[in-house]
Amino acid sequence: MTYKVTEEGNISTVHLDGEIDMDVTEKAKEVIMPLIEAKKEVHLNLKEVQYMDSSGISVLIESHQKAMELGTKVTLKEISKSVLKVIMMAKLEQILNLD
Amino acid sequence: MEQSAIINLDEKRDFQVDSSNLKHVRSFCREVFERLNINQELKDELVLAIAEAAQNIVKHAYQNEKTDDKMEIKISVSDGHLEIGFFDKGRPVEKDKIRHRKIDDIKPGGLGTFFIQQIMDAVVFKEGEKPWINHLILSKNLNN
Repeated sequence: MTYKVTEEGNISTVHLDGEIDMDVTEKAKEVIMPLIEAKKEVHLNLKEVQYMDSSGISVLIESHQKAMELGTKVTLKEISKSVLKVIMMAKLEQILNLD
Repeated sequence: MEQSAIINLDEKRDFQVDSSNLKHVRSFCREVFERLNINQELKDELVLAIAEAAQNIVKHAYQNEKTDDKMEIKISVSDGHLEIGFFDKGRPVEKDKIRHRKIDDIKPGGLGTFFIQQIMDAVVFKEGEKPWINHLILSKNLNN
């Protein structure tokens, strides 16, 4: 997994790329969580994520919950077909902010 | 050229028990499933189910501890019936404690087992024959 972060006003966009499994979830959290803790609105761009398993989904849930707790928001952007399928399999499409 | 019908096959491979090898587990599965005349969506689902089961071995049977142990994954197809065997030498699985999270209980964790159960027709835990400790069997009828 690789990533790139761009900033625009109070919105930080994290562009994730590659496959997100248990082996890279800590790295993903290390990138995303400090942005949420800084009360940024976070956009996760998932266009280039070709595979995500339950560990990756857990990162999305944790990020969403942390943002709610701190009064900010995480939005999933340009979700790839394969990731959307896993989100729907987990029945999270009504819980997470999908755009 | 028209693809042939689902073939019979029998493939197995060892992987050192480590989260960094999950990508190799997925590559192995993708290679094997390329040989089957099943749609891409089903291939992706099967890869996910296998990767989740392998992840559970790393996470639960070995509790993320460093080890030189290997797990073995065996993929067999016979007359359209897919069977995937997982063999490991980790802590014995306590079958009664395995449960996926309730799907309306939104919290991280417990999703892997839920995915496996959604994708596969049957999930069976057996005591492994020596030298193995655990033997998990996932199966699915590919003719449906």
